[in-house]
Amino acid sequence: MVSTAKLEFRDLSIRYGSETALEGVNLSIKPNEIFGIIGPANSGKTSFLRSINRMDEMTTGMKVGGSVLLDGTDVRAWRNVFALRSRIGVVFPLPVGLPMTIRQNVTMAPRMKGIKNKAVLEELVERCLRRAALWDEVKDRLDSLGSMLSGGQQQRLTIARALSQEPDILLLDEFSIAVDPVTTMRIEDVLKELKEEMTIVLVTNLVQQARRLADRTAFFLNGKCIEIGETEDLFTSDSRDPLTRDYVEGRFG
Amino acid sequence: MVKKQKIESGALAQSVNRAWVFDRVAKGIVFIGGISAIVFIISIFIFIFDQGMGFIAEDLKPGEFFGSEIWRPTSESNPTYGILALIAGTASITGLAMLVSVPFSLGAAVFISEFATGRVKEGLKVLIELLAAIPSVVWGFIGLSIMNPLIVQLFDVPIGLNMLNAGIILGLMAAPIMTTIAEDALKAVPDGYREAAEAMGATRWQVIRRVVLPSARNGLGAAILLGVGRAFGETMAVLMASGHAINLPTSPFDSVRALTATIAAELGETARGSTHYEALFTIGIFLLLITLCINLLADLVIRGGWKRRKL
Ligand SMILES: Nc1ncnc2c1ncn2[C@@H]1O[C@H](COP(=O)(O)OP(=O)(O)O)[C@@H](O)[C@H]1O
Ligand SMILES: [Mg+2]
Repeated sequence: MVSTAKLEFRDLSIRYGSETALEGVNLSIKPNEIFGIIGPANSGKTSFLRSINRMDEMTTGMKVGGSVLLDGTDVRAWRNVFALRSRIGVVFPLPVGLPMTIRQNVTMAPRMKGIKNKAVLEELVERCLRRAALWDEVKDRLDSLGSMLSGGQQQRLTIARALSQEPDILLLDEFSIAVDPVTTMRIEDVLKELKEEMTIVLVTNLVQQARRLADRTAFFLNGKCIEIGETEDLFTSDSRDPLTRDYVEGRFG
Repeated sequence: MVKKQKIESGALAQSVNRAWVFDRVAKGIVFIGGISAIVFIISIFIFIFDQGMGFIAEDLKPGEFFGSEIWRPTSESNPTYGILALIAGTASITGLAMLVSVPFSLGAAVFISEFATGRVKEGLKVLIELLAAIPSVVWGFIGLSIMNPLIVQLFDVPIGLNMLNAGIILGLMAAPIMTTIAEDALKAVPDGYREAAEAMGATRWQVIRRVVLPSARNGLGAAILLGVGRAFGETMAVLMASGHAINLPTSPFDSVRALTATIAAELGETARGSTHYEALFTIGIFLLLITLCINLLADLVIRGGWKRRKL
């Protein structure tokens, strides 16, 4: 069991001060699957993601209990938290184009790892932008500011930036909130391809997006993981939890 | 029923009227306040230009004024009005002050904004505000009675009232305002930038160097410029710490004299309307213009007028 899971969560709980954001979560995520997480606002989805790359350490008051295992090792056993984080790409709900050029956005991570060779970096910029389906739109203006791009382009830029880390895990938190439907579809296609190379955790506020993309899906509600299953089962099975049924059928949320 | 409605709408009309009057009065007061500030500033300009104009029109020889290091306005036979040494004094002191205060202030701002939390952060901010509130004559006193003997002892020079002394004192005086403004600039960098960079595995230092400092660079530039303006315009402390000797300095241990200090020291002893008096006002005009330039530049920088569109 431990040997086949990419990520495993054992009795995970997350608190902010005295408030509990997440409690008693046990689940495991397999290599190269897209694992969807659905649930209404404030159900603890973002907190869940933050526990994986130890973002709790930079959030005052955030406390993580239980354990998160990456390839069988507790993430808190990593001495070098920066090395841990560099293996995990993160895409935030609102695109964060860093205030630098498009090229610099994509080369920042490799530069921090010490890669200086111009040709290597150039090649990497093109590869990451291509995989994020952004290359054709920006190839002529790599040296203009990333923050001047449209919302949808910036979100693809953040995906390219995450890919430049050459991560084995990609975390996406409601990436389509500020993205138009056409771009959302393009990014979804990108994710389907990326799945070959990495494990993807997709938090989404759109249940249909989980249905389109995720192999398995978990349903979070009020800080609890209500149900985990094959995505299709969550949407159709008769034996699912009534709360799950109501949520995916749009009766609340 | 109909009648009651009428009364109500009448009361309504009255209350709207009162609000309208209040609005008008408030507008008038704000307008007078705003206008009077502008009127004051313009009056000061006119006054200073008027007082210095006589010298500029009749006695000013630009070559001598800006090119000669001889400032001898009280000479009976051959009064000379050269401010080169005074410019050199002000420039060298200000430059030295920046060498002292820029690293200090930016370091302090980064520490307060990026590392300090809770009580330490609040405490430091209060302390820096206190520092900014120290009157300049107290700084001058420190230069005179603490730095002076210290410099004599440490460097084995005959006198400790010199460019080094004034530069350090001015640096310390400019540091609080620079720190405060620089800290504001760093605080304005969205947390999302820091978070995104940290999520990529950036260390604290990498976040600061690659993301925070570059995105705050306009505000930091303005902080430095306003610090320059502060040091440049300071008078009392410079007068007390610099040695106030007319000199083209060749080493930091030379005594120098600043433009501002010259006006402060001499204006009281001149006859109103005399050439000397008007020459001092001409120096005042010169100071005013430079200060104006520094502030305009700071304004431009803070608005990103410097920002290259294509980076
Ligand atoms: N930085 C924080 N400080 C305090 N409480 C927080 C913080 N972030 C999230 N919370 C709380 O934790 C709960 C779960 O939030 P979150 O994980 O963001 O849920 P979701 O992403 O599903 O909307 C919410 O009740 C929220 O108010
Ligand atoms: Mg969220």
